[in-house]
Amino acid sequence: MKNSLPEVRGFFQRDRSWHPPAFAPGYRSTVVRSPQRAPISFPNTLSEVTGPVFGHALLGELDNDLTLNYAKPGESAIGPRIVVYGRVLDENGRPVPNSLVEFWQANAGGRYRHKKDTYLAPLDPNFGGCGRTVTDEEGRYWFRTVQPGAYPWPNGVNDWRPAHIHFSIFGPGFVQRLITQMYFEGDPMIWKCPIVRTIPDERAIERLIAKLDMEATQPFDARAYKFDIVLRGSNSTLFENRKEGN
Amino acid sequence: MAQELNRLKETPSQTAGPYVHIGLTPNFLGLDGIYPVDLGREMVNDKTRGERIDVVVRVFDGTGTVLKDVLVEIWQADADGLYNSPNEPRGKADPNFTGWGRMASDMENGECVFHTIKPGRVPFNDGRMQAPHISMWIAARGINLALQTRMYFADEDAANRVDPVLTRLEHQNRVPTLIAPREGNTYKFDIHLQGEKETVFFDI
Repeated sequence: MKNSLPEVRGFFQRDRSWHPPAFAPGYRSTVVRSPQRAPISFPNTLSEVTGPVFGHALLGELDNDLTLNYAKPGESAIGPRIVVYGRVLDENGRPVPNSLVEFWQANAGGRYRHKKDTYLAPLDPNFGGCGRTVTDEEGRYWFRTVQPGAYPWPNGVNDWRPAHIHFSIFGPGFVQRLITQMYFEGDPMIWKCPIVRTIPDERAIERLIAKLDMEATQPFDARAYKFDIVLRGSNSTLFENRKEGN
Repeated sequence: MAQELNRLKETPSQTAGPYVHIGLTPNFLGLDGIYPVDLGREMVNDKTRGERIDVVVRVFDGTGTVLKDVLVEIWQADADGLYNSPNEPRGKADPNFTGWGRMASDMENGECVFHTIKPGRVPFNDGRMQAPHISMWIAARGINLALQTRMYFADEDAANRVDPVLTRLEHQNRVPTLIAPREGNTYKFDIHLQGEKETVFFDI
């Protein structure tokens, strides 16, 4: 008899009480967009544990610099310059290398470059608002941008989004796919936001708040915020030796 | 106190919001010049093996209104049932097929149109074969945790009737919510977030 765990695969079950519920009426758009029947579970198959991979060759030189990737030559976006960096890990604490991380945000005035955004804060001609990168062998990523502004949105009569950056992350398995938002340490608007407050557990909310890291600051250039992301872990032994990670 | 397991908790999800196009389909939005193309738009090329099909996905809210700000990603096997993924242990998939597509819904009619091929069959964990299917992932404003479902093919009735996932559903009258009818080379898959026709979503 082999002295090893049986060959099993699949990701740890998602803790759906940790994530925001589908129906969260404080965020009014959820009311008609939330499924009402219980979701159905079955063991992960190859359809769930496989997923697309995007190589570093995909990336353009300025993809991870939002201050420059939409700017005219010699110009750059307006706003407080920051670097956002961190690691993509799984629930076992292992780094997730080769993970495509995409991000998008409003400009420093709180305005999105989107035809549906009519907020009176002006567009910045040198700021598009999106970027992407792929994690290295240690699961690390970083990008440069400007700190986004807060902005009002139609929900209650006077609801404001705290400054935030949207993130989309891929793991090796398609069911690890995650979209979330990053907030900034010390922002009093976080705790007033109906979208933040769809998350029931305060400890979970704190996981979305990036910390100012003066040691990672680029002197006379940009302050740094650290934001680690955790994807679902796997109990597989099947992929243990694959350098793509779990 | 027992020992600590020292596992981490998954980062909580937040909605993709109404401006998801800026980040994930900027060229579709008209935000040109940052990326050469939107990722996931081209799944096939001239050399891709398999039967060419179009998959048209629409998502409806609880009032029956089609969502015009939804983002749908799909993931599927190649014509031989192999995934183009490092985690595919059975062999090398068709290098001319990505298996992954991403489309924002048309801002007028709400359609997400994928030009792809019909997938082959993939085994379930106990070795039984699953019916051909496409995994789907749905993100939008008002959706706090992106939704997961599958599309099956109406012209695969024999395989669908013994599919390990479809047959395990307690409420067999909900199976049709996962099956797309075929018209010519197009499969139309309507996803209903609520109501009598609410699509089966998965927690997997």
